[in-house]
Amino acid sequence: MASNNDSIQKTLLVAILLCLFCSIIVAGAAVTLKPLQIANKQLDKNKNILAAAGLLVEGPSIEEQFKQITTRIVNLETSAYATEAELAEITAAGFNPDAFDQKKSSKNPKLSAKLAADKDIASIKRLEKFAAIYTVEKDGVVETMVLPVHGYGLWSTLYGFVALEGDLETIVGLGFYSHAETPGLGGEVDNPSWKAQWIGKKLYNAEGELAIQVVKGKAAPGDLNSVDGLSGATLTSRGVSNLVRFWLGDDAFGTFLSTAKAGGA
Amino acid sequence: MSLKSVITEPVFSQNPIAVQILGVCSALAVTTSLQVTMVMCLALTAVTACSNFGIALIRNHIPNSIRIIVQMIIIASLVIVVDQILKAYAYEISKSLSVFVGLIITNCIVMGRAEAYAMKNGPVMSFFDGIGNGLGYSVVLIVVATVRELFGAGNLFGYEILPLITNGGWYQSNGLLLLPPSAFFIIGLFIWVLRSWKTEQVEQPDFKILPNTVNSEQH
Repeated sequence: MASNNDSIQKTLLVAILLCLFCSIIVAGAAVTLKPLQIANKQLDKNKNILAAAGLLVEGPSIEEQFKQITTRIVNLETSAYATEAELAEITAAGFNPDAFDQKKSSKNPKLSAKLAADKDIASIKRLEKFAAIYTVEKDGVVETMVLPVHGYGLWSTLYGFVALEGDLETIVGLGFYSHAETPGLGGEVDNPSWKAQWIGKKLYNAEGELAIQVVKGKAAPGDLNSVDGLSGATLTSRGVSNLVRFWLGDDAFGTFLSTAKAGGA
Repeated sequence: MSLKSVITEPVFSQNPIAVQILGVCSALAVTTSLQVTMVMCLALTAVTACSNFGIALIRNHIPNSIRIIVQMIIIASLVIVVDQILKAYAYEISKSLSVFVGLIITNCIVMGRAEAYAMKNGPVMSFFDGIGNGLGYSVVLIVVATVRELFGAGNLFGYEILPLITNGGWYQSNGLLLLPPSAFFIIGLFIWVLRSWKTEQVEQPDFKILPNTVNSEQH
């Protein structure tokens, strides 16, 4: 047998059979475990929404805690909550408005549009038409509003949430649930003490312009619009700054926020 | 070799990390917390054992010219399966292990055992050889992780053992232990202790340095 093993036929046969066998095992595992993995991802996302809103507590399950959150769909083109007809449009495109997968919708031509390069400061290339936002409401009044944000850092697109207080000007929290920045440098966007700096920062300056930003080095004391940059991660810091400014700016949620503040939405 | 020696030899006498100095990379990276370390050890042991089994099963049919590739395919498939299982059942831990589960593919212990043992022995013995080497890897990682988590963060398995000054306790945490170089020191100390106990592991020096002859003549 040993001498036959090195013939070309035998080599090809072993290689093909082995590859077939292994691909079946890998594909089988990936397919059967997919529903569980998706559920885990959703749970992780919900956990991050709660964490950004500052509502995450130890103890009760995430599902239980998430019940206080209302999911709403915002039309970014009209800057208003989506109408029934628009929700039907989302359903027709194969998406569930109650658990809207905004990340996936950016690849759907019906639900997203190409973003002009000069507007695309967060390097996201395509802007979704609809975005899922999460609110904590009491007696019809929004107490906390969690907005999804994403944008390019150094290596990867960072996906996360910015939570605003009911005045829609003050940040209650920020967190990223998916990114692939360098651990220890850009990866420090997950550092709780860095994230804590965002709490209480104001989106707008005294003139009412969008002024929130991540500065290089230390933010001046008392500056309510600036957050310290991450040392050793200039590009990631700039990316975070750009993506927050993009999503809270007029090309994304900016107009929606100002109408909502005026009581319009 | 008996079954018992196949499992127990790699734990201390032929430890893959301490004696063969294999698989050190992941030993530095995943040992900051004991819980993550345990999962990594389980993953590596499972992959080593199963890949050894699979390779030993078809060892008589593996063409010599593509033998390394065949081993890699089997190992890589198993690693993907393990990664998928972790993502499905231990999402939080798989997030903190991130890339290191994938890097089991390139862990020298897995390849080393496949090439050195599974290619020449039966599937059952190879399977237990994989378990034994996985245990050897685990012993070192658990020792390193225990020291690092206890003295670096004051915790074990995430539970507070030494109350930190920052939390109102008395223990000043040693931040160096949470950085990768500390794992080198601890592995070094582990090897020192192991070689003091099992002196046959001490290598013969390659050459001896003679006493200084030139200077002594001048004086």
